[in-house]
Amino acid sequence: MMEIFNNPLIYFVIIPLLTLLGLAFCNNRGMRAIRAVAVTGAVALVALAIYLVCLFLQARAAGDTSEMILQSKVMWYAPFNIELALGVDGVSVVMILLSAFIVFAGVFASWKMNPLPKQFFLWFFLLSTGVFGFFISIDLFTMFMFYEVALIPMYLLIGVWGSGNKNYSAMKLTLMLMGSSAFLMLGLIGIYFHSSADGNLTMNILEIAHNDAIPHQWQLYLFPLTFVGFGVLGAMFPFHTWSPDGHASAPTAVSMLHAGVLMKLGGYGCFRIAIYLMPFAASELAWIFLTLTGISIVYGAFSACVQTDLKYINAYSSVSHCGMVLFAILMFNTTAMTGAVLQMLSHGLMTALFFALIGMIYGRTHTRDIRDMGGMMHIMPYLGVGYVIAGLASLGLPGLSGFAAEMTIFFGSFENADVFRRVLTIMGASSIVITAVYILRVVAKLLFGEVQDEHHRTLTDASWDERLSTATLIVSVAIIGCFPNFFVNIISDSFLPVVNALKDYFPVAGM
Amino acid sequence: MNLTLLMYLIPSLIMFGCGVYGFITRKNMIAIMISLELMLNSVDINFVVFNRYLFPGQMDGMFFTLFAIAIAAAETALALAIVINVYRAAKNVDIEQIRKLKF
Amino acid sequence: MPLSYTIAVIAIPLFMFLFLGLAGVKMSRKLTGVLGVIAMAVTTIIAYGVALTYFFGTGQDQVGADGVRQAVTVFNPAWLSFTDTMVVRMGILLDPIAAMMLIVVCTVSFMVHLYSLGYMSDHDGNAEQGFQRYYAYLALFTFSMLGLVVATNLFQIFVFFEMVGVSSYLLIGFYYSSPAANHASKKAFIVTRLADLFFLLGIMILSYYTQTFDFSQLVFGANGANDMAVAQSAIASAGGATFLGCSVMAWALTFIFIGGAGKSAMYPLHIWLPDAMEGPTPVSALIHAATMVVAGVFLVARLFPLYVLEQGAMEIICVVGAFTAFYAAAIACVQSDIKRALAFSTISQIAFMMTSLAVSSSNSAMIEIHGGTGLGYMASMFHLFTHAMFKALLFLCAGAIIHAVHSNENDKMHGLHKFMPITSIAFLIGCLAIAGIPPFAGFWSKDEILVAAYHKGFFWGLWMSMVAGMTAFHMFRIYFLIFFWKKHEIHTHHAPKDQPWTMTLPLIILATISIVAGFVPAHDLVTWNGKALETQLDWTVAGSSVLIALIGIALAYKLYYKENDLPERMKNGALGLWTAAYHRFYMDELYQFITHKVIFQGICVPIAWFDRHIIDGFFNMLASATGSASFAIRRLQSGSIQGYVYVYLLGVLLLAAVTMLCVLI
Repeated sequence: MMEIFNNPLIYFVIIPLLTLLGLAFCNNRGMRAIRAVAVTGAVALVALAIYLVCLFLQARAAGDTSEMILQSKVMWYAPFNIELALGVDGVSVVMILLSAFIVFAGVFASWKMNPLPKQFFLWFFLLSTGVFGFFISIDLFTMFMFYEVALIPMYLLIGVWGSGNKNYSAMKLTLMLMGSSAFLMLGLIGIYFHSSADGNLTMNILEIAHNDAIPHQWQLYLFPLTFVGFGVLGAMFPFHTWSPDGHASAPTAVSMLHAGVLMKLGGYGCFRIAIYLMPFAASELAWIFLTLTGISIVYGAFSACVQTDLKYINAYSSVSHCGMVLFAILMFNTTAMTGAVLQMLSHGLMTALFFALIGMIYGRTHTRDIRDMGGMMHIMPYLGVGYVIAGLASLGLPGLSGFAAEMTIFFGSFENADVFRRVLTIMGASSIVITAVYILRVVAKLLFGEVQDEHHRTLTDASWDERLSTATLIVSVAIIGCFPNFFVNIISDSFLPVVNALKDYFPVAGM
Repeated sequence: MNLTLLMYLIPSLIMFGCGVYGFITRKNMIAIMISLELMLNSVDINFVVFNRYLFPGQMDGMFFTLFAIAIAAAETALALAIVINVYRAAKNVDIEQIRKLKF
Repeated sequence: MPLSYTIAVIAIPLFMFLFLGLAGVKMSRKLTGVLGVIAMAVTTIIAYGVALTYFFGTGQDQVGADGVRQAVTVFNPAWLSFTDTMVVRMGILLDPIAAMMLIVVCTVSFMVHLYSLGYMSDHDGNAEQGFQRYYAYLALFTFSMLGLVVATNLFQIFVFFEMVGVSSYLLIGFYYSSPAANHASKKAFIVTRLADLFFLLGIMILSYYTQTFDFSQLVFGANGANDMAVAQSAIASAGGATFLGCSVMAWALTFIFIGGAGKSAMYPLHIWLPDAMEGPTPVSALIHAATMVVAGVFLVARLFPLYVLEQGAMEIICVVGAFTAFYAAAIACVQSDIKRALAFSTISQIAFMMTSLAVSSSNSAMIEIHGGTGLGYMASMFHLFTHAMFKALLFLCAGAIIHAVHSNENDKMHGLHKFMPITSIAFLIGCLAIAGIPPFAGFWSKDEILVAAYHKGFFWGLWMSMVAGMTAFHMFRIYFLIFFWKKHEIHTHHAPKDQPWTMTLPLIILATISIVAGFVPAHDLVTWNGKALETQLDWTVAGSSVLIALIGIALAYKLYYKENDLPERMKNGALGLWTAAYHRFYMDELYQFITHKVIFQGICVPIAWFDRHIIDGFFNMLASATGSASFAIRRLQSGSIQGYVYVYLLGVLLLAAVTMLCVLI
């Protein structure tokens, strides 16, 4: 029982919980104390995440080729074989790293949170607990539990601290995601009851994958349930509409965490549970979801072209980019899947950066309508430059993260020789042009040109906390963009088990 | 003249009918309470009468009736207090108008 | 100088970009400019050292046992691994054209750095706002362009294609307050991005079959020079697969060419280049005249052996190039904005280079069989080199003039010869060079292009000669309109005069290069297979081309030297044609229509509507259906006790009735 505390992974859940406890002792007038606790928690998470990457590299360098490292488990509820089972592979390691950085940046982005800062940070860290818990678990039930823990705080975070039509958005977001959880839960229960051929049912993903006992007929029912369940969170067309409204109403840090990390839960779940555990159905039904995600990519990009609200533009852009994640995962080869994870990293960081900047601009101008703004580059050069960098990352400039990710995806997808996937790949690749259109449109409208509103001339540039928050993200984006191979090496081996599982059903082209 | 059971029950039934009618149709809370009392009292009468005719030697029904009267009194006091408070808050005791706690 | 010093050539501009970009704001404007110039000077010196070592050194590195000049890979670490075989590397490769491009890029970039010290300042020598940013961007561009030319693999070229695209975007939009600059920068980026999409598809197809990006496995033979046998096996790796009747490799190469055509402003992707003139003039000289716009030519030259083997792709290049050359030259004849006229002239000249590469194939495809020469390849690269020099010169002159009179329109200029003699002479040298008058640089290179074109066929030769004549005409038209025509009317406070030394010195240097560059022995140095090429002047072609150029100049002299009404009469004589050419044959309007009316109004707006009303509407409908169902049921729960009692009573009566019935029956 106690051995689990020797596993560093458990601290990804304990640290946010301790932070919660610390925050509980603060009160709303003591902003300083709240900040101190929040920053301590965030820094500890970042440090732990970096330590985890080192551990992972060390283990791999030492020749540890096991699928997951740092595994440990504790029986939690024996009648249903629910365990607290921990373990990480390359994909989870980079996802944890991403989450830690975004939580860190998010704390600084909500430095001047008002009103009720204490409660805000409480929910914020509860959400983080869920996110980290999800990434470290390899047990279906605990994963689902942490998934829900990550989702529910969104309702309050948007409903209380949001802006605009926040009640509608919070309700819509929560209901749609809860609806998808219902599918997901059915799927997970179904998987559990077919998890083993000899009656020793289990919730442990690795064991289920090892048993490979889910009957093909059942896979065909359960795969869509799980895939859609996670896909909704990954903003898959046509279940993406919670995302524009949700993002538009959410406060800055929540948008960051949501687009940056929470949407990744979807992609991660699709890969880890839906495809890994049900390779037969995945290869049978891939065409449906490939079509949907292919549509997402182009559709999101086209929709973003005509939006006038900054957050809507980025929300639709997220639909397009996250569509690319699911799209790549469904391409079933190591290259494309690696690209998908790179894209998750890249999208997480750059969208977080976008939302941070938008929040900071909105906090000053009190409008997000690009028609009312212009010439911001004159007024707030730091934020302007940040926005341009985020934009360039988004449209795939080499040296920033988006490029490496998208190229890996396209080249990986193109390895599949069939016409259907080729056509979709070309369609997806065409989004790089549309992305350029909407990014440059908003950059030109918002930052360049003459100042539209004379009141804006008196606004100030970023303060130090805002600079720190954005600089963290910009540097991360640049590091991924400049040294993608570092991440590729961590990630790519983790896909071997999945690709091997798929091999029986899907002739993987090229490699 | 020999009083039969029916001669007690018929007025009691009329009383109860009046109570029900009043309860359903009146809009004034006080009137509703009066109707309620009417129903209660008609039930009390039934209680006593049935006790007298069915189990002549026993007093259980009598005691229960006394009990019911006492509780009814307490309940009326409580209800009246609520009505007075409602009146203070809303300047009104018409139940059609008092619907703040609905939905 | 060891060839590995090339790393410094790449690294210094990158460092300067980061340094000036991050710390520039804290420094004085002048200081950043001076630092930028010094760094560029150092870069240029190293680049010259490396290139000269490469060309004239005798080390084992660059000259193989058979006397062939080899491609030398200096540095080649993996950057991004797609699969075990498909690994993107970021490296440095020196071969004749890369070394030549190092010289071109560094020379022009250094000149522009120096020139900008003066140009980006007002008349009192105070640096403009954004000076630091300007130098940071210049350094970024220089880095990207150098990275492009030394690329070791196709993907690296693609990466740096994007980088130069972004630098170009940033520099065109340097005056970001101006809507025109904004619009132009967006247009430039999006058009070239569209082309890059095709480039990407081309790389995907090519790499799918060959499983590599590296030039060393695509085009370079064992001896490190371009090798047909290697290209042959690369083409053969497709196994003769076809798509829509053409071989997939032809598709791939055509797509790659489209990528190059976007950067090199070939018709119909040329529309961004004239607008790109909204950027500062030195930038136009550097990016949109001398270096970035020839990236497409460079790309095709890089993959030359592959193109040779896919004649279909080569024919497309030939037709597109020849048409663009003519089309742009025609438009250049009527433009009133001098930078735009120069831009169209640039397009025409780049098309010349493209065509030259394409006509070259008909010789070199049969190299093994008929002993052809690959003349066009050499001519194209040579013209790239000379053109960079004299076109940069022309643009910098134009910049000096614009700086003096504060306008781009030639009707604000006229008669400047008296006021700005140095600029005038430098401009004249540039015009003579581009017109192809011996002994100026353009003569030598253009002559070889024409020879190559006549090799392909009489039609192509004649066509290109005609374009050369038009070039002479439109360049001298601008020259006469700016410097003569009529007496200058002074519009501004002070009379225009030659600009400070920082701006004049580059003019003099470039003018000198433009005079002598023709004598560079290009046929020894930049041939397609590294072997020296035996050429001699073909006097029939040379004589006729000089004659045509002189006719063009004479015509321009007649029409534009002195103010007269002949041009106006000619314009009215063919008003329709004139207007169409002045409006660039309405290509921009066509694009405008496609992007705004078709894509924006026809696709984006309906999709957004669909999203809000159909998809979102569906989910909202689900919600509201649930809501109204609940509201409907809510009636039952009215909260009115009297209602409940009534229902209860009815229920009781009903029950009683049922019971009675049961009892009775």
